[in-house]
Amino acid sequence: MNSLIPLVVLIPLLGAASALVLSKRPRAQRIVTLLALTAVLAVGSILLFVVHTSGPLSMQVGGWAAPFGIVLVVDRLSALMVVVSAVVLLAVLVFSVGQGLADGDSETPVSIYYPTYLILTTGVLNAFIAGDLFNLYVGFEILLVASYVLITLGGTEQRIRAGTTYIVVSLVSSMIFLVSIAMIYGALGTVNIADISRKMGEIPVDVQIILHILLLTAFGIKAAVFPLSFWLPDSYPTAPAPVTAVFAGLLTKVGVYSIIRAETVIFPGPELNTALMVVALLTMVVGVLGAVAQADIKRLLSFTLVSHIGYMILGVSLGSAAGTAAATYYIVHHIIVQTTLFLAAGLIERVGGSTSINKLGGLLAAAPAVAILYFLPALNLGGIPPFSGFLGKVALFQAAAEQGTPLAYILIGAGALVSLLTLYALVRVWNLAFWRTTDEVEGYESDLLTNVSEAPNALAVKKARSVPRLMLAATGGMVLVGFALTIFAGPLFGISDKVGESLESPNSYVEIVFPAGGGADD
Amino acid sequence: MSASLTLVIVMAVLYACGIYLMLERSMTRVLVGFLLVGNATNILIILMAGAPGVAPIVDGETTSAEMSDPLPQALVLTAIVITFAVSAFLLALIYRSWRLSQEGEDDLEDDEADVAMRVGNTGVVAEQTDEVEADSEFALPKDDA
Repeated sequence: MNSLIPLVVLIPLLGAASALVLSKRPRAQRIVTLLALTAVLAVGSILLFVVHTSGPLSMQVGGWAAPFGIVLVVDRLSALMVVVSAVVLLAVLVFSVGQGLADGDSETPVSIYYPTYLILTTGVLNAFIAGDLFNLYVGFEILLVASYVLITLGGTEQRIRAGTTYIVVSLVSSMIFLVSIAMIYGALGTVNIADISRKMGEIPVDVQIILHILLLTAFGIKAAVFPLSFWLPDSYPTAPAPVTAVFAGLLTKVGVYSIIRAETVIFPGPELNTALMVVALLTMVVGVLGAVAQADIKRLLSFTLVSHIGYMILGVSLGSAAGTAAATYYIVHHIIVQTTLFLAAGLIERVGGSTSINKLGGLLAAAPAVAILYFLPALNLGGIPPFSGFLGKVALFQAAAEQGTPLAYILIGAGALVSLLTLYALVRVWNLAFWRTTDEVEGYESDLLTNVSEAPNALAVKKARSVPRLMLAATGGMVLVGFALTIFAGPLFGISDKVGESLESPNSYVEIVFPAGGGADD
Repeated sequence: MSASLTLVIVMAVLYACGIYLMLERSMTRVLVGFLLVGNATNILIILMAGAPGVAPIVDGETTSAEMSDPLPQALVLTAIVITFAVSAFLLALIYRSWRLSQEGEDDLEDDEADVAMRVGNTGVVAEQTDEVEADSEFALPKDDA
């Protein structure tokens, strides 16, 4: 079973190479990309099944024993992330194939889009199964370089402008990450996560805290945690709809995943938990206030993305098994729902010609299918029962209430308020874009539209285009996956509870890499 | 752990210059700044390897205490390659944004506050377009534009 682990990275990487070779033959390229992602999904599902039933797996690449060689680790958290990412990547790929076929590939230049997309997959999955910090860094770099290409796709002025912010911010965060790896190596003489975890207790606590803050800053920029989140709403919305969807779903979650690893395995101590709770509170509140003030749907969704990262940080910051478990379920929920909403925003842009609620109207009559595909995930993100957003939030609030400190109760209150404000922002879009008739749009007076700001450089209303069946099917599939999170909430919470338990003490992770408990001591 | 003082000073200077350049508005300077910071980080990793020693080849005579630590060197090599790839991409990006600004479809124009800040006085905002041209990535002769 161990030999399956590297396939998760190898399949998309080889797929990218073959897709690049086939750049003159778009049809073959699409088939290769689809096959590669389907294979990754299959391998990921097998891994999840094996890991859940018979315990975590690890592999020492090239036969070099840890802590000297590169080690790949798949525990329940990694396997779950791999499966969910594969589902999202596959759905978004189908969406972009549909869009490409319909538009004659004007939005997605075929020859580089698919290979880059697979490279992005490689980076994301490599980050999820990396067993040492430097491999995690390499995974980050692979996905970032691919994302630089995707976010500036087509090289239009708006995208270059948005991409510049994104790229410079990412460069800074990568540098901070690399510096923290160097510092950790200097302090402990290893970059293997399990080995770091074993040796961390040997160094003074103040040095630990410095390393901890450095590492969290690097991950925090990637995860878009307040106050390091300013770049996200400026850069994501200008990219093509499928690219924004996959970025919103996955890239920030890789950051959150790394924060979970950092908090549970590398620095299991409670020193920074209170600080993280305050950060979670601010991320939630500041993010959603930004969302309420936006007229552009994609910008609005980007702000809710930032805001809901706060929930996951809340779960992590509790430092309890229940908190980690709830955060894990919430990550899964949020990856699925946020991606679905961005795909729905892409559909709205096609049928309405714009993404500004000042200009949209009458979409319910014009495109009832799109209306359903927007409305269901919107309720889900807003936390309406029985959707997964509600279940995830309840689990988080329960975990916080278990802790019972005043700050935990403040966070529960803020969490409930933020969920209401999210619902307000999303339902306002519904009221204006879908319920309002087209002839009401001109000179519409409403309290809902006071104090909302347009996106900078907002484009004029484009001609409405038809929505290809494939795009509807991909978005519909994602909505169904969102339902499945409710229907299969039992087994899913089963997995995430186990994740929480196994991450409660770092020993279980160390034992995956050094089974005898000893391993090489140097 | 003993560290070379020269390397520490070089690293500090590289960091200082690099961070200063990365805070500039021009993307070319940001790129140069990124290269400096990247190399400063590489030196940091080398410094973290501890005292220098002989090549880490096991020949039965040299003990491991005399050898230098090979792992940071491997890390630095990887980091150099990544920095190289990213700077290649950044160069393409800069060239593209320069082309866009040459085509005259640029609405990345500086607003009044930007111009005032660069000119150094807060009041006058005359000849805005000239200022913008002078600040473009690679200033062209006037008649060419």
